[in-house]
Amino acid sequence: MEKKTKRRDFLFTATYAVGAVGVGAVVWPMIDQMNPDASVKALASTEVDVSAVDPGKTITVLWRGKPVFIRRRTQEEIAEAKSVKLEELKHPEKDEDRAKNPEWLVMLGVCTHLGCVPLDQKGDYNGWFCPCHGSHYDISGRIRKGPAPTNMEIPKYKFVDANTIKIG
Amino acid sequence: MSEHEYTPKSKVGKWFNDRLPLLTLANHLTDYPTPKNLNYWWTFGGILTFCLITQIVTGLVLAMHYIAHADMAFQSVEHIMRDVNYGWLIRYIHANGASMFFLAVYIHIFRSLFYGSYKSPREIIWIIGIIIYLLMMAAAFLGYVLPWGQMSFWGATVITNLFSAIPLVGEGIVTWLWGGYSVDNPTLTRFFTLHYLIPFLILGLVVLHIWALHVPGNNNPIGIDIKKPSKDTVPFHPYIVIKDGFALLMFMIVFAFFVFYTPNILGHADNYIEANPLVTPAHIVPEWYLLPFYAILRSVPDKLLGVIAMLSAILILAALPWLDTSKIRSAVFRPLYKQFYWILVADVLILGYVGAMPAEGLYLLIARIATAYYFLHFLVVLPILGFKERTTPVPLSITEPILGGSPNLAAVKKKDDFKNQ
Repeated sequence: MEKKTKRRDFLFTATYAVGAVGVGAVVWPMIDQMNPDASVKALASTEVDVSAVDPGKTITVLWRGKPVFIRRRTQEEIAEAKSVKLEELKHPEKDEDRAKNPEWLVMLGVCTHLGCVPLDQKGDYNGWFCPCHGSHYDISGRIRKGPAPTNMEIPKYKFVDANTIKIG
Repeated sequence: MSEHEYTPKSKVGKWFNDRLPLLTLANHLTDYPTPKNLNYWWTFGGILTFCLITQIVTGLVLAMHYIAHADMAFQSVEHIMRDVNYGWLIRYIHANGASMFFLAVYIHIFRSLFYGSYKSPREIIWIIGIIIYLLMMAAAFLGYVLPWGQMSFWGATVITNLFSAIPLVGEGIVTWLWGGYSVDNPTLTRFFTLHYLIPFLILGLVVLHIWALHVPGNNNPIGIDIKKPSKDTVPFHPYIVIKDGFALLMFMIVFAFFVFYTPNILGHADNYIEANPLVTPAHIVPEWYLLPFYAILRSVPDKLLGVIAMLSAILILAALPWLDTSKIRSAVFRPLYKQFYWILVADVLILGYVGAMPAEGLYLLIARIATAYYFLHFLVVLPILGFKERTTPVPLSITEPILGGSPNLAAVKKKDDFKNQ
């Protein structure tokens, strides 16, 4: 028997297609309502005064509900961060690319494994150590040992003046 | 369902039953023929129903006093503990009830593993059970977040971050789950909604679980098909009702011990510190019932593979009816399987123990070996065992070993013919 496309087949297909578009149009708002709302997005940037931070100290500020580490690194720490060979790194990044001004390291204090806050000046590389699942980061926030896949993230930031950093 | 006709005695009953056969259903449930050799491991189905009802009732009452807001949740839980009449009791029953629920479900699952209850023709009962188990874990996790303590907050952070392991869309999914850029108020309110919803989904699935059970009927300790009704069965009421009731009473003593004497022993002290997004507790551990899977997650050094291993450890159970190639259900007649069964029990307990320990050194090594063995059991041991194992003779009926003969005359004849050869 020869199979012929009938007028009715066309009508069925057209009905299903319009129905699918209709269902999609109703379902999408139900899904999208869970994404960050306007009031959450409005808190996207924060300004920090760093004049009181001494070399070798880290302050933690809250940005978008997440901790941001701002560390004023000592000369030895900068030298150590720069001396690491890229081949030794799991996620190769130069220290220069992570700290525009080498004295200041500004990064999200969030372990890239499962989101815990790593502890300051701990671990095998004198940087940060995540207590949850044992990831070790160096003084540039780069992953050196443990389950985390990548280096700690560097947020968008800039120096508004010599003492003020704007994050976001 | 049994085919025999049922007619209510009273006129009103008949009138009602002709329009909505609820009395027929009640009659089916009371007369339901049950294997007469069911042991106490079979009482946990009833115990689990009790646990679900307890969680729903206490949860409903707690929701009358709890406030799902990041600024008020922690205080409102303390308010329940200190100010609300009997609030401490209701919250301790709900919190320990979750642990009791999992204790009972693990016994229920391991009973099924020992007696081969997941095998044909009960695969659908088993798979519905696995879905219920998954929903239970989701409900337990969501509920643990609600008090908004340190363990709540960081548990939520770690578990939601599991989704970030998905390539490309992972980060987007996590932001969508959070409703922001970190776990915060939008996360708490949606977790509360979902925590409220899931128990009712479980309730619906429990109805399907029991419906599917009533098609082939209960498995039994010797794992044979039985004729129903026959000398091998007893009616559900009063025989099983009384046995289940007695087991439930024993279970409630254990439950009450935790609630009244050590209500916080299964929790973490850190959860009495309000959530602080700037400080992670030194040692994050999930609740005891999730520890084996947590150990599997941590034993894999790669993030994505760790998450996949953890999920596979649960989902592999759904494939169990096809991975176990043995036609004999009960471990009683499977001398080798019986040994592997106990090794698996030990393996899961070891995983639970190392899951609570720091993931380093010897603990990590043990976790890796135990994880490998867990998968080996399901993917290698069980499929091969079905072909290689010499099983011992299975009786033809429950009464046969004691009384000789059998209500199943055709089977007796077949056995006699076999002997005479």
